[in-house]
Amino acid sequence: MRHLMSPLDFSTEELDRLFDLAGDIEHNPGKYAHACEGKILATCFYEPSTRTRLSFESAMTRLGGRVIGFSDAASSSASKGESVSDTIRIISCYADICAMRHPKEGAPMVAAEKSRIPVINAGDGGHQHPTQTLTDLLTIRSLKGSLGGFTIGLCGDLKFGRTVHSLINALVRYEDIRFLFISPEELKVPDYITDMLKEKNISYEEVIRLEDVMPQLDLLYMTRVQKERFFNEEDYVRLKDFYILDAAKLSLAKEDMLVLHPLPRVNEISVEVDSDPRAAYFRQAQYGVYVRMALILTLLELA
Amino acid sequence: MLNVGKIEEGFVLDHIKAGKSLELYEHLQLDKLDCTVAIIKNARSNKKGKKDILKVECDINMLNLDVLAFIDHSITVNVIKNGEIVEKKELTLPNQIKNVIKCHNPRCITSIEQELPHIFYLADPVKEIYRCKYCEEKYSPLSAK
Repeated sequence: MRHLMSPLDFSTEELDRLFDLAGDIEHNPGKYAHACEGKILATCFYEPSTRTRLSFESAMTRLGGRVIGFSDAASSSASKGESVSDTIRIISCYADICAMRHPKEGAPMVAAEKSRIPVINAGDGGHQHPTQTLTDLLTIRSLKGSLGGFTIGLCGDLKFGRTVHSLINALVRYEDIRFLFISPEELKVPDYITDMLKEKNISYEEVIRLEDVMPQLDLLYMTRVQKERFFNEEDYVRLKDFYILDAAKLSLAKEDMLVLHPLPRVNEISVEVDSDPRAAYFRQAQYGVYVRMALILTLLELA
Repeated sequence: MLNVGKIEEGFVLDHIKAGKSLELYEHLQLDKLDCTVAIIKNARSNKKGKKDILKVECDINMLNLDVLAFIDHSITVNVIKNGEIVEKKELTLPNQIKNVIKCHNPRCITSIEQELPHIFYLADPVKEIYRCKYCEEKYSPLSAK
C-alpha cells in the first residue's frame, strides 16, 4: 500500500506512468467511468479548501466511485479532541482511500502511519501540497509535450510560495530546464533553493522586472504578491505593478508561451489575458481532475 | 581526590563536557535501568581542564549510544568487559533520533498532538542537519532547550 505525502514520493518513471494514465483518462473518459465502482473516497478536510476538495470529489465521481467526508474541523470529531491517528483508524473502516487536508504540517503523515487505506496529502499547512505539483507537471507535459528543455519564469512571491518551491524541487529532476526567478528583493526565492540549484549545476537567474525576461520564457508561472509581505506600503506600491500580468506585458512573450497559476487569482493576472490562447490556468484546473483520477486509480491499484 | 573503582562490564563515557553528564544521564534514560551508575562531575582533565565522566555497569547490549554522537562528538566511549577496555567506540551520527529533541515549529502536528513522538532524521550528514520527520523543519539548537 502506498501513500502520497510529497511530490518526490514518486520517481520520474512512476510519474511518467501516472501522467500517461491521466492522458488516457483525458482522451477516453468513458473507459474509466466505472473504474472505481464500489469504492469510497473520504475527503477529510480540517480546513476549508473548496477547489482542492471539489477536484478530489469530481475525480472520484468521474471514476464511478462515491465520496464521504467533512469540509472543516468544526464538523469533524477533531472538534471533540480526537487525534488524527484515531480519526484515520475509523476512516479506514469506512472508506477505501482518503484525501486529507490539515492546517498542521505533517498531519497526513501521522495519518498514513496508522492507516489501513492509502492517504493522499491534500495540503498540510505551508509544508506540502503534492497534488498541486502533480497538476502543474501534468499541465506542462500535456501542453508543452515534455517535462524538460524549456525556460520557466516563476514570478511573484517566491519566498513564501509553497507551490513554487515544490514545483522547483520536482522540475530539477528533469533535463535541460532553466529557471528565471522574477520577484522583488523582499520575496526572493530562499537560499536553500538557489544553493540546491548551484549544487546540481542548474542554470538560474534572479531578476526584478517581468518585462526584462518575458521574451525568453517558454512558461510563466504566476503567483500573487501580497501586501502584508512587505515591510512598508511605499515599497509595495512601487513594486506591485511589476508583478501584474496584462496584455501589454504578454505582447512581449513568445507566441507559444504558456501562463500558469495555481489559482485563485486575485489581480495578478488581468482578466484581459484570459482570452489569450497562452493563458493556460483554467485548463490547469482541468488537468488537476485528470491527475487526481490517475492518482486514485494508481493508489487503489486499479490502474 | 575522589576515587571511583573499576567496573566489570559496561561503559565508561569519558571527556564529557564539564557539567553535561546529567543531561546525558537523562538522554540515555539511565534512571530506568537497574544498574550501577557513577556520575563524576568536574574531574581533572589534562586536555580540557575539567570534564565529566559517566561509568555505567550494565550488559553492553543494553544501552543505545546513538544519541551520544548527536549530543557531543568528542565524548570517548570505552566498552568494558572483565574489567578491561575491549573497545573504543567511534561515534557516528544516528540516522534517526526519537524523543531526544523536540520540534519547536508551532505549525507542526506534534505541537497539538501531545502523544506523538518527536522524531528527527539526519537530512544532511555533512552539515549535520536534522529535520523533523513530520514537518521537515530544521532542528536549531538555539530555538530548542
